[in-house]
Amino acid sequence: MQILKLIAQRIALGILLLFAVSVLIFAGTEILPGDVAASILGQSATPQALENLRRELGLNEPAIVRYFTWLGGLLTGDLGTALSNRMDIATSIWPRLKNTLFLAFWAAVVSVPLALILGMLAVRYRNGWIDKTISGFALASTSLPEFFIGYVLIFFFAVKLNWFPSFSTVHEAMSFGDRMKAIALPATALTLVVLAHMMRMTRAAILNVMQSAYIETAELKGLSQFDIIRRHAFPNAIAPIVNVVMLNLAFLVVGVVVIEVIFVYPGMGQYLVDHVTKRDVPVVQAVGLIFAAVYITLNMIADIAAIVSNPRLRHPR
Amino acid sequence: MFDIKTITVSAWIGLFFTALFLFCAIFAPWIAPYGKAEIVGGVWEPMSEQFWLGTDNLGRDLLSRMIYGARITVFIAAAATALSFSLGAILGFTAAVVGGWFDTLMSRFIDLLMSIPTLIFGLVVLSVLPSTIITLILVMGLLDSTRVYRLSRAVAADINVMDFVEAAKLRGEGNAWIIFREILPNALSPLVSELGLRFIYAVLFLSALSFLGLGVQPPEADWGGMVKENKEGIVFGIPAALIPAGAIAALAISVNLVADWVLNRTSSLKGGRG
Repeated sequence: MQILKLIAQRIALGILLLFAVSVLIFAGTEILPGDVAASILGQSATPQALENLRRELGLNEPAIVRYFTWLGGLLTGDLGTALSNRMDIATSIWPRLKNTLFLAFWAAVVSVPLALILGMLAVRYRNGWIDKTISGFALASTSLPEFFIGYVLIFFFAVKLNWFPSFSTVHEAMSFGDRMKAIALPATALTLVVLAHMMRMTRAAILNVMQSAYIETAELKGLSQFDIIRRHAFPNAIAPIVNVVMLNLAFLVVGVVVIEVIFVYPGMGQYLVDHVTKRDVPVVQAVGLIFAAVYITLNMIADIAAIVSNPRLRHPR
Repeated sequence: MFDIKTITVSAWIGLFFTALFLFCAIFAPWIAPYGKAEIVGGVWEPMSEQFWLGTDNLGRDLLSRMIYGARITVFIAAAATALSFSLGAILGFTAAVVGGWFDTLMSRFIDLLMSIPTLIFGLVVLSVLPSTIITLILVMGLLDSTRVYRLSRAVAADINVMDFVEAAKLRGEGNAWIIFREILPNALSPLVSELGLRFIYAVLFLSALSFLGLGVQPPEADWGGMVKENKEGIVFGIPAALIPAGAIAALAISVNLVADWVLNRTSSLKGGRG
């Protein structure tokens, strides 16, 4: 029962955080110095146009009233209307959200097991050449901008070798195979972006466990290597590893923004960037909040996994 | 501290390239063969004797653009890092020393800020702010100061309970003295190694923003912006966009190598405990 209470507390905290974040995102676009309407229309706007836009955005009402109107809409699934094309935001977001999740899902399916295996290999052959190669690769790839990885992939695999399309256009009528072929390059790029980080954290998590005193005790009392890993190392390493995986999934969801722009993939990231350029505030608020919500949820799952797998966290210190 | 013999090979490589990029950034107008916006040849000419790196999407010399781009990239990233460091460190130290409601309030607020991915919040804020260099520096610096705050608060909280700080407090020194004369000198070495990492982060963040078209605006261009300008060429097999992208990677890796070396040195000075 104690554990259920802790999990409930963590979920309540997550929901509270989500509300605080919605305030922050709203405040970030509304209460900044300067007039939102003026910055959307640019300096050449006529006073009449400014006034119209202000009325449409409800800028004549106090910020707090507008916030609750916006929040109420969000909670009932109404994300508002885009300024730039008068479309309902929720209906434009839905197919894009599916595309983004499709891409992120396949990138995760490849990157998570790969990172765990490489991380364990690095620990098994610690300080050997495998470990050093993996660490060197990790150092290099955390310094590489996403678009470097993306364009190198396009340049060699799409343009020079012509194996994959260079623009990852997907649409409803596409078959699953065509879809997979279209996302092959962006998913690879995304995998490379998160792989190094995840691998390094897995390595650190396992090393941390392997170096603790109880492992040494288990060795000294003559347990076999297999038993040590099964009975002592693995249960203690689960929490940090699940944590690593969740944090990186969160990172992956964010990394998607730049990758989608590189590969012209019709997802949430592309949608967000397009509308930031058009200064379409309602869309930016809605998409920003969705990204933040996914990020917070994944972090919350990481915490809950840690609570479930590690009895020590269930008791307050 | 900086004995030449102790510099490792990787640190030498890092130092060399960092120095090279800095040199380009500082002396750009003197070493660039052409002006930064000067159209000197055809569109996307290949590398040649005349244009070492070829020309870009408007027929400007890519090498000169790269050299001027180094200037903007390094300047904005350095300014944002300086801002995030001074702000984050001062607030973090103050929170650790003053404690109480100030600490709780600041820390919860920073937690809240960090629960939104930096790039996403940056995009949200930039959707209403004018795209000027000043805004960029402020947004990048403020968002990144959260990480510096966390680190410096943790470091300062450790130092704050040491005997010499206690002694200074009993002596009746004010908070300003404690922060700048007692804690700052002792917190410097972990912060310095963090400096390199934050600078790399700023470079990558700026490049990503400019690549998305929300950072430095044309006709000025940093390296991320140059990738954006030349990206259409990739499909035709013209690698012009890969050059600025590679330069960003090279700068990030070399600063990383230097930061790694500084970190190893400072931790070996403390008996390897870091």
